[in-house]
Amino acid sequence: MKGPNKTLRALALGLGYAFLYLPILSLMVFSFNDSAVLTSWSGFSLRWYGELLRDDALLSAAWLSLRIALLTATAAAAIGTWAGYVLARMGRFRGFALYVGMLSAPLVIPEVVLGISLLLMFVELRGAVGWPAENGMFTIWVGHVTLCMAFVAVIIQSRVRDLDRSLEEAALDLGATPLKVFFSVTLPLIAPAVVSAWLLAFTLSLDDVVIASFLSGPGSTTLPMEVFSRVRLGLKPEVNALATLFILAVGTCVIVANRLQWRKEARK
Amino acid sequence: MKPPSLRRWVPSSRALAVAPPFLWLGLFLLLPFLLVLKISFAELQFGIPPYTPLAQFQEEAVQLSLHLRGYILLFTDSLYAATYLNSVKMAGVTTLWCILIGYPIAYYIARSSPAVRNLLLLGVILPFWTSLLLRVYAWVGILRNDGLLNKALMGLGLISSPLEIYRTDLAVYIGMIYAYLPFFILPLYANLVKMDLRLLEAAYDLGARPWQAFWRITVPLSAPGVVAGAMLVFIPCVGEYVIPEMLGGANTLMMGRVMWNEFFNNTDWPMASAVTCVMVLLLLVPLALFQYNQVRAQQPGGRR
Repeated sequence: MKGPNKTLRALALGLGYAFLYLPILSLMVFSFNDSAVLTSWSGFSLRWYGELLRDDALLSAAWLSLRIALLTATAAAAIGTWAGYVLARMGRFRGFALYVGMLSAPLVIPEVVLGISLLLMFVELRGAVGWPAENGMFTIWVGHVTLCMAFVAVIIQSRVRDLDRSLEEAALDLGATPLKVFFSVTLPLIAPAVVSAWLLAFTLSLDDVVIASFLSGPGSTTLPMEVFSRVRLGLKPEVNALATLFILAVGTCVIVANRLQWRKEARK
Repeated sequence: MKPPSLRRWVPSSRALAVAPPFLWLGLFLLLPFLLVLKISFAELQFGIPPYTPLAQFQEEAVQLSLHLRGYILLFTDSLYAATYLNSVKMAGVTTLWCILIGYPIAYYIARSSPAVRNLLLLGVILPFWTSLLLRVYAWVGILRNDGLLNKALMGLGLISSPLEIYRTDLAVYIGMIYAYLPFFILPLYANLVKMDLRLLEAAYDLGARPWQAFWRITVPLSAPGVVAGAMLVFIPCVGEYVIPEMLGGANTLMMGRVMWNEFFNNTDWPMASAVTCVMVLLLLVPLALFQYNQVRAQQPGGRR
């Protein structure tokens, strides 16, 4: 078979990846710039990283975001795995189309829609039963879990679909209850997918600014909200420093996870 | 083994297994949206909550009051119509560019050798995992009048005065294409990599030229991937708020922004709800297309 055209391939991939990576690279390079005027280089310096460490507003927002992301990822991984498994293994049931519809809607629906609808629901709920008393960590968490469980479910259902069904059937034939089969056969097999889904939920929650803005209350400013309120008016060097640390951390995790998975696949 | 009792146990356990995710979504996705619909028919009032109730029990009668102010304003004030049109246009153009840029990338990734493919794929996944907010912010430093792009172009002598890109629609296009490109590439790649390459070999054996084989076999077969990717770009772009707010000018009209302003700056919740409802209404066709794709993907498809 003829291989793809070499020149075209190099051109398409080269330009494509340059487009994807040059902005990130420039962001990182300028985080080491000494000048507060971000667009002209005046020498290498770590001063913005120092400023970052002394920035209490950013740090407390980061701490809140980290806690919300941990709780979100854990809950979304649990309920999303559940939903994805139901999708892949339970066959068709009454309301299946509605189920698929509700589960995939958060993947595409604009975040402003999710944000306003959940906020209005919490307002009505407060009017009716007086709970939750005020918006804050809990309400943001609910919003983030609803968003993230959809992404988790997509990952899990495609993984479960690829599983060899005969393993589960063998366990059932040997007398295990369906629940036991799930926890001692299926779950260990899909564990890597659950871990990567957890990580995706974690980063989605850590990144969200729109839903959090609607659902936050007094004193619950998340990191993206704080960053957004600073940069909507222009460049802020401490945000470059923060972005560099963030991208390096995420990049390391993704690359390590990818290498591990790749080694495992290569061994097969 | 007790087959009869087991069989009785199965359906109820099935319902039990299906229920919890269903309940969560019903409570935190469907119900809230119905409330938005309800409040879009309410009237603004001072107090908590800042809108009138839909139904009231007064003098032994249930009084239902549907206020259409929001909707009437939407259809009479031409600014809203212009905003809707502009949002759809901007999302459409963004989607087209994502297809033009993303298709070759996804195609060449899928046709690479497995080791290279994994590396290239990693290159697309990495930005997908990195903060969208920060990646959009990166463009501010590039597109400003004193930004990197203008400096580079002036340094090369291509232009004599800086191009005004930052705070224009063009900047919003660049930002949206950049932010959503991975969302297009990944589903399309997943489709292309599963394609049976023997079909292409058969076409070549029958005398097809490479572009003929590409156009008549690869493109039609990859249509579901293109649709899935295009919807993943188009639908969120219509309601995008962060990117137009950061890169766009004051006159970059986008629905997400209008809704945000009605809600936070004017605290007009019924109006914001009406804007939201009409946005979802507009998105109903692409949403249905996306859902249809999703439901079809759920079907066993001849494997059983």
